[in-house]
Amino acid sequence: MSAAASTGGSAVVLAVRGAGKRFGGLQALSGVDLSIERGQVAGLIGPNGAGKTTFFNVITGLYPPDSGTFELAGQPYKPSAVHEVARAGIARTFQNIRLFPDMTALENVMVGRHVRTASGLWGAVLRTPAFRREEADIAERARELLRYVGIERYADYRARTLSYGDQRRLEIARALATDPQLLALDEPAAGMNATEKVVLRDLIRRIRSDGRTVLLIEHDVKLVMGLCDTVTVLDYGKVIAQGTPAQVQRHPQVIEAYLGAGHHA
Amino acid sequence: MTLKSSRMQLLAFAVAAVALVVLPLFVQPIGSGWVRIMATALLYVLLALGLNIVVGYAGLLDLGFVAFYAVGAYMVALLTSPHLAEQFTWFAQHFPQGVHTPIWVVIPLAALLAALAGVLLGTPVLKLRGDYLAIVTLGFGEIIRVFMNNLEHPINITNGPRGLDRIDPVSVFGFSLGRPLDVSLPWGELRIASVTMYYWLFLLLVVVSVVICRRLEDSRIGRAWMAIREDEMAARAMGIHTRNMKLLAFGMGATFGGVSGAMFASFQGFVSPESFSLMESVMIVAMVVLGGLGHLPGVIVGALMLAALPEVLRYVAGDIQSMTGGRIDAAILRQLLIALAMIVIMLLRPRGLWPTPEHGRSAMAEGPEGLPGSGGGRA
Repeated sequence: MSAAASTGGSAVVLAVRGAGKRFGGLQALSGVDLSIERGQVAGLIGPNGAGKTTFFNVITGLYPPDSGTFELAGQPYKPSAVHEVARAGIARTFQNIRLFPDMTALENVMVGRHVRTASGLWGAVLRTPAFRREEADIAERARELLRYVGIERYADYRARTLSYGDQRRLEIARALATDPQLLALDEPAAGMNATEKVVLRDLIRRIRSDGRTVLLIEHDVKLVMGLCDTVTVLDYGKVIAQGTPAQVQRHPQVIEAYLGAGHHA
Repeated sequence: MTLKSSRMQLLAFAVAAVALVVLPLFVQPIGSGWVRIMATALLYVLLALGLNIVVGYAGLLDLGFVAFYAVGAYMVALLTSPHLAEQFTWFAQHFPQGVHTPIWVVIPLAALLAALAGVLLGTPVLKLRGDYLAIVTLGFGEIIRVFMNNLEHPINITNGPRGLDRIDPVSVFGFSLGRPLDVSLPWGELRIASVTMYYWLFLLLVVVSVVICRRLEDSRIGRAWMAIREDEMAARAMGIHTRNMKLLAFGMGATFGGVSGAMFASFQGFVSPESFSLMESVMIVAMVVLGGLGHLPGVIVGALMLAALPEVLRYVAGDIQSMTGGRIDAAILRQLLIALAMIVIMLLRPRGLWPTPEHGRSAMAEGPEGLPGSGGGRA
């Protein structure tokens, strides 16, 4: 298994311990532990309302957690503000795609470079050599990424006019533009047809083979089992199983959570 | 684009530039009032360009933009009119000659002060969005005006509704734009009116502003602004510090307003709170929106049109008034015609007179066969 291969000496990219989040009377997350090693695709699954999205929003800074420690590439980080998490190195995509619809595909990806570039007002107004150099760099990287996800030919098209599958790929390219330690995908296959799913799966595999780390939240169990190195199953805000896809699939609590208590009796 | 057509463009551009520069020389014999209208229109262009940064680029609806105009105007008025020296003996002692600031100090100072006001306004309100932001900025605009109107008791700072007069004209290298300039040319004497020189100064400021806006648009900062306008949540997820970027937009936009106000004060020689009413803010927003939100040529056309229209109508309305024996009041007619013009524009061109051309291309328009192995999309 590739999971075993990459374990040897590789660093932990994301380490979450004891994450908890309460909304009023609902304990949405309690004591969730999750660690993801570099170069892995980690899956997070669970039935509806299990807390997947809450967990996702907590680690990306959208909801401040009530408890838990969070480390990214060995550095503790505080998931307190979305833009700081992005700067720290987690890039996300959204379940319902959120591009900048009236900007071109290229410009969308160029926005992704914002957090790794520095030029300000004066550079822009005076067009300093440093500004020009950086601008050229940004455009080049953005083009490269469009090529990487396979939509380079749409560079000058408005994002809103791309097909659904292409919009998803554009969103991934934009996220990759931030040079993330961890690429977090929130149900990327939602609403995709079978062909689009295959393209997406191949893209995520390629991203992994380039040494990047991916957290995948997904409803589609088949996609998760076929793609992930490790899978974590949440139910009622708690981790009920963790391991390789094969281990998780046989786990009695997982079967119960998905199929109901009566099934394995 | 062939080389020939780009050369044609350059030629057209040069012709237009020369025409703009010499235009007032031909207009001033008809009456310097017309040149004055042209110069005032350029000040409105400056205001509209500033507001366009806030509304057009960053998508923050600001209905109190005139406040920054007021800040710039009052700054110059206080600095260069004898008012402060007359009110405060210590001021008169320190500056027995008065403070006569040259343009090189006035413009940066007005820009800085207005930017400060912009950030000051921005800081508490940036959590608000859309309509709520519009209401609060509207209030801010009114507050500034009310301040100017009432800051005469117990200490007379702004001279209240009577306003400040005897403001210095702009001076460039000790050369005052307030007096006409006589130049002798080989074919005779030419008298260049004061308003004509102001027109040139404002034209220069507009050109500089357009270059600044154009460069901002196409930069890391400009893209961040537009990203915020398009989807604030996604912009934040890309690591954009949305609060700082919005403050920057507010400050940058205010800068233009402040400079425009400073020029207005020097140009008129008189300011009073009346010039900074809510109606002015509404007009500036209308210029940006009618012209074409976020599109520089559109914004300029919108500003020129709305600034010139009332003045032109003023002349026409006078005639109509006398024709009807004074039954139709000029002011009312003017308002009616402007309202009519606005309604017609919005009906015929809902995205503005000269909107942003559909930016980039559309993948949908080219049909599904244009799509590569994306597995076919959904609409």
